[in-house]
Amino acid sequence: MQVEQMRLDGNAAGGMLRELFARDVTAALATCGGCGKVGPVGALLEYGHGMGVVLRCPSCDTVMVRLVHAPGWLRLDVSGTSVLAIPDTISVS
Amino acid sequence: MTAAIPGESNATRGIPEVSQPIAAPAAPRLEWRVATVIEVREETQRARTLVLNVPEWPGHRAGQHVDVRLVAEDGYQAQRSYSIGSAPEEKTIALTVERLEDGEVSPYLIDVLRPGDGLELRGPIGGYFVWDVAQRGPLLLVAGGSGIVPLMAMVRHHMLADDKTRARVPVRLLYSARRWDDVIYRDELARVAERPEVEVSFTLTRDAPSDWVGYRRRIDRAMLQDVCWPAAETPRAYVCGPTPLVESVATLLVEAGYDPMRIRTERFGPTGS
Ligand SMILES: Cc1cc2nc3c(=O)[nH]c(=O)nc-3n(C[C@H](O)[C@H](O)[C@H](O)COP(=O)(O)OP(=O)(O)OC[C@H]3O[C@@H](n4cnc5c(N)ncnc54)[C@H](O)[C@@H]3O)c2cc1C
Ligand SMILES: [Zn+2]
Repeated sequence: MQVEQMRLDGNAAGGMLRELFARDVTAALATCGGCGKVGPVGALLEYGHGMGVVLRCPSCDTVMVRLVHAPGWLRLDVSGTSVLAIPDTISVS
Repeated sequence: MTAAIPGESNATRGIPEVSQPIAAPAAPRLEWRVATVIEVREETQRARTLVLNVPEWPGHRAGQHVDVRLVAEDGYQAQRSYSIGSAPEEKTIALTVERLEDGEVSPYLIDVLRPGDGLELRGPIGGYFVWDVAQRGPLLLVAGGSGIVPLMAMVRHHMLADDKTRARVPVRLLYSARRWDDVIYRDELARVAERPEVEVSFTLTRDAPSDWVGYRRRIDRAMLQDVCWPAAETPRAYVCGPTPLVESVATLLVEAGYDPMRIRTERFGPTGS
């Protein structure tokens, strides 16, 4: 099976991200450290693997978020994300 | 207006405008809870709906999902996401699961779970693939296979709104399935389609009954042109189902002039039709 058929939306990582964040971050806006594109975390491309997930920029494929469960650790690498803006309210737009 | 990021206007950062600072709602921690199966409904040969009672369920928004966790006696765990198909207005939640022959989790949910059984889950999850009838404007829903589930929560939410609200939000649903027998929520969709503000179209990609008058091919540009709202009406689109279907439909919608910011996708992975 091709990796393209396995990919999901960042939205699918919402549960795992809530292990770290007190609020939902799938509606948060993330700025890509590679190309500067701003978009919702829920719209990033999610590639899952046994231990965790990788979220990539849909425009330039930069790895923006890496979240890994390692024995004894939950490891978050956001070096590919320059800004994460989390809305205070549930916005109806 | 308070600037969320010093030295920058919110508009440049694309932050939704909030008229006044509001304390962040104290979101409850997302804990694993044991839900109880209160009803199992056969939807198709391969799909069942599990109606669940979840202790202290905080309520959900149409389009959200839960994570389900199965733990074997030796400690081995398998975790999958399942969309909530029931309307936010209901007290219980309903998941509809399609059985994949060689799957790890879906055969268990369908073949083994019975009323009274427990199921470990956490949710509701997601603030992106969600829709509320207050958002107005024409709504386009495109589903492939079990991708109908979160879209059905939106349709049911729409059905429960008052007449005036509903009239402001016309809905078109395009649903792709392999064959007529695989169409989930068939009878309910037929009833929904009787409403003047809702149009439902089907396409069957493998077999169709001999008297079938609907589409019988994969979703393509011409079909979307027939079924979709014109881009000029600034519709919102929600597309859900197997990853290849979601990606091809989203691309076609952008080519048809849809605003990419108004297209929301939920890829289910390699599953289904
Ligand atoms: C946000 C979200 C919501 C969802 N909502 C629903 C829903 O409402 N209803 C529903 O039925 N499903 C839904 N899904 C899909 C669901 O999460 C599961 O993926 C699905 O039930 C299959 O799980 P499984 O354990 O039965 O199959 P798996 O064991 O995961 O296998 C799935 C299929 O893919 C193949 N496969 C898996 N991994 C590989 C691989 N690495 N290489 C090759 N082939 C592979 C398997 O052979 C099998 O055919 C949703 C998914 C997401 C992300
Ligand atoms: Zn990028």
